[in-house]
Amino acid sequence: MFAYSIRSLAQGALVLVAVAFISFSMFRFVGDPVANMLGQEATLQDRQELSERLGLNDPWPVQFARFIGNAVQGEFGVSYRQGRKVSDLIKERLPATVELAVLSALVATVVGVLLGVYAAINRTGFLSNAIMSISLIGVSLPTFLIGIGLIYIFAVELRWLPSFGRGETVKIGWWSTGLLTESGRKSLIMPVLTLAFFQLTLIMRLVRSEMLEVMRAEFIRFARARGIAERTIELKHALRNTLVPVVTIAGLQLGSVIAFAIVTETVFQWPGLGALFVNAVQFADVPVMAAYLMFVAAVFVIVNLIVDLLYFLLDPRLRSGQRVAKGH
Amino acid sequence: MAGASPPPATQNSDGSWLRRVWDSDIGWSFRHSPVAIVSAIVSIVMILAAVLAPLFAPQDPFNPAVLNLMEGLTPPGTPNEFTQKSFVFGSDSQGRDMFSAVLYGTQVSLLVGAASVLFSAVFGVLLGLMAGYIGGKTESIIMRIADIQLSFPAILIALLIFGVARGLIPPGQQEDATLILLILAIGLSNWAQYARTVRGSTMVEKNKEYVQAARVIGRSPFLIMVKHILPNVMGPVTVIATINLALAIIEEATLSFLGVGMPPTQPSLGTLIRVGQQFLFSGEWWILFFPAITLVILALAINLLGDWLRDALNPRLR
Amino acid sequence: MAEPAVLEVKGLTLEFATRHGTLRALDDISFSIRRGEVLGVVGESGAGKSLTGSAIIGLVERPGRITGGEIRLKGERIDNLPPDRMRAIRGRRIGMIFQDPLTSLNPVFRIGDQLIETIQTHTGMGQAEARQRAIALLTEVGIPAPENRIDAYPHEFSGGMRQRVVIALALSVEPDLVIADEPTTALDVSVQAQIITLLKRLCRTRGTSVMLITHDMGVIAETADRVAVMYAGRIVEIGPVKDVIKHPQHPYASGLMGAIPALDTRLNRLTQISGSMPRLDAIPAGCAFAPRCTKAIDRCRSERPDLMPAGASEAACWLVGKVSAEASA
Repeated sequence: MFAYSIRSLAQGALVLVAVAFISFSMFRFVGDPVANMLGQEATLQDRQELSERLGLNDPWPVQFARFIGNAVQGEFGVSYRQGRKVSDLIKERLPATVELAVLSALVATVVGVLLGVYAAINRTGFLSNAIMSISLIGVSLPTFLIGIGLIYIFAVELRWLPSFGRGETVKIGWWSTGLLTESGRKSLIMPVLTLAFFQLTLIMRLVRSEMLEVMRAEFIRFARARGIAERTIELKHALRNTLVPVVTIAGLQLGSVIAFAIVTETVFQWPGLGALFVNAVQFADVPVMAAYLMFVAAVFVIVNLIVDLLYFLLDPRLRSGQRVAKGH
Repeated sequence: MAGASPPPATQNSDGSWLRRVWDSDIGWSFRHSPVAIVSAIVSIVMILAAVLAPLFAPQDPFNPAVLNLMEGLTPPGTPNEFTQKSFVFGSDSQGRDMFSAVLYGTQVSLLVGAASVLFSAVFGVLLGLMAGYIGGKTESIIMRIADIQLSFPAILIALLIFGVARGLIPPGQQEDATLILLILAIGLSNWAQYARTVRGSTMVEKNKEYVQAARVIGRSPFLIMVKHILPNVMGPVTVIATINLALAIIEEATLSFLGVGMPPTQPSLGTLIRVGQQFLFSGEWWILFFPAITLVILALAINLLGDWLRDALNPRLR
Repeated sequence: MAEPAVLEVKGLTLEFATRHGTLRALDDISFSIRRGEVLGVVGESGAGKSLTGSAIIGLVERPGRITGGEIRLKGERIDNLPPDRMRAIRGRRIGMIFQDPLTSLNPVFRIGDQLIETIQTHTGMGQAEARQRAIALLTEVGIPAPENRIDAYPHEFSGGMRQRVVIALALSVEPDLVIADEPTTALDVSVQAQIITLLKRLCRTRGTSVMLITHDMGVIAETADRVAVMYAGRIVEIGPVKDVIKHPQHPYASGLMGAIPALDTRLNRLTQISGSMPRLDAIPAGCAFAPRCTKAIDRCRSERPDLMPAGASEAACWLVGKVSAEASA
């Protein structure tokens, strides 16, 4: 198990370095950082001085090392467009995105697994078919349209929920939360549903197909031959075996909730990282883009590590690592 | 997508391969799947309408000369109060016929979708062939990149590529380059799946005897392999491409909606939705509704077709 | 007959509805198994051996369907029971052992949990009592240190040990009949004999009847009391194991027997039946074996023979009586 964890750690580190290299390349080759910081009127003298000061004349491995050193400390320079430190921008917007993403992930997983199990067990039932058809429509429904649809129904027609923003937030240290006020909670409902919907349909379909696959396994047949009740077979034997692949994919999907938040945040004018990133893309604001990229990569790596650790809880075959390797 | 073509009205003698497709397992499964038939018909009608937009559209929606501001914001089906002209899908704030705008918008959406799918399929298949055939370092680099990329959502990758390109292209030419940029960005964000599939098949073929034989008689084993592999991977690649076409259309719409895609002067369905959203609160629902419903139906029909195709080619999955 | 046979199958017919029409996978199968008896069922793969087992225990998968005949367990008809009553019979009165012990056990549950679950499903035992019973069963099937091993996961056992666990599961609530479907095929040659011996010993001491499905005539010769030979969905010969081995009546059976290596006879080479079994959608009108049969006469190609008495056995062949005479000549 130890060796296994070390390997996932090493893989995660590799991904981070690769992504860091892409970010760094963006800094070096996209646009001219000196011109961006000094404006067009700067003299040649000023430009050379700044180049020297920023270390842009050093060989690139030195610059890359410095970039990584800064990135580890959360330092990505100054936004070209807003003129503020990128680290401050991120810190300010992080809580909005984290609250949105975590809640959506929770909703997607819980509801997705429940519906998936239901659809697998009652494969031919009317409700299962309805769920599956809706999920297919869900895959074809762009996230932003779901958001717009919700806004139209609940904000424009019914006037129950606010159509944009986070509502009132409360500061706890540097963290700002919308969970403690009513308007904050109301504001979360539609963005959370919007963001959760796509992941929910994915998880549901995955749980269903994994479960149907497991139901074909020989040990299920053997359990039937032992006279175990069908419900027990489904909810105990099959579901438990479904969890490993489901945790894998669900974990990866949930990591991507952060990235999918880009669209949701734009629809609801949610003051999070995704909206910040879209703005950065529109104006080629490289420091913000690079920082966001590193942030998403870090989230992915962490989620992956957690998923790896969950395996050991879920699959006894992995706990005794070496013996499995020999046995197969 | 040959299997997806509708039944020929008459069976003539030179339609023999159609006959074969018709009688094959795929043909059988097609004839017995109402979903597949309906989605094939819907897809084809929409694609034809979009491609032939200039023939069907009542006006050229992007020629300012034909627009009449007096006809602005006319609801669908009811005659305009000043000119008595009526619009099936209504008109937007500048008096533009929404039906024509949707037809042209679908054309742009389909163009970007199809071109980017073509791009990613060719790119992905080539890289997959290379990875499987050369092996070693080349393979591990290509597949590692594919792994990393597959774990990030395509929309994020496309946004990044788009952002980087924005930084590289001088501001004056950005608008003209957007179409190409979108195709590249969406194409590059979707190649990995093809590469994975093709690499698998290539590795299987590589060890077969005819490849060794080709080497012995001095023919290029790579070219011979490609000839054998391509027919084998056509099935899975077609399935991936069909489903990806729906995804690419949605991806383009999303990018355009986010404001980093097609400009309002040459709108796709996504751009039309972005524009229409501004009228949501003032009650002119049709400016948003028709582009949105068109996008959903188009994506759904293609998705269903892809879904059916996957099941038809791989019956074990159902 | 005072005591009805433990298992009585009469005219069992099983069909698959497919796109290309109905395929008959089992055709008019009849046999019975008495208390404590071991019936061997042999035949090539695809002959319908496993399907017969599945039909008896009520686990035929769609699109397969029993379309005729009846199955009686101790006189009680079980082929048309509602699912819930059939479930109560499975495991309780009919145990089943599958081919591959690697895949028969649920990998994420301890073997003890699986044993206790089975015991508790069919008896009113409490957790502690069921656990004691499970440990006793594991001891009986020869698992060393059962008090500790009961909490191990399936992957922590070797293939042979796992099959012992599967046998313990099948016998856990003392069924009347055990259907063993190729119980040794997936195992190492070295442990095959041990497993067969164990199965035979356990069933003998309990008086459990066994339906032993295999394609290994050697196993049948050693274990079974009677044997049924299946070909293309039909029983072509059934009788006491000694008679069928020494004096096979059906040409297919005699071909199979020719394929057993024997130490005491001086055969230079094993005989082989040429050709292959017909596919289900291409079974000829007459005897299904006729196209491969070296002795076939015209009647064999036009008319299908039913089982008819032939010495101590029954065989479905128009040449009954002639074959063995020639074979032993």
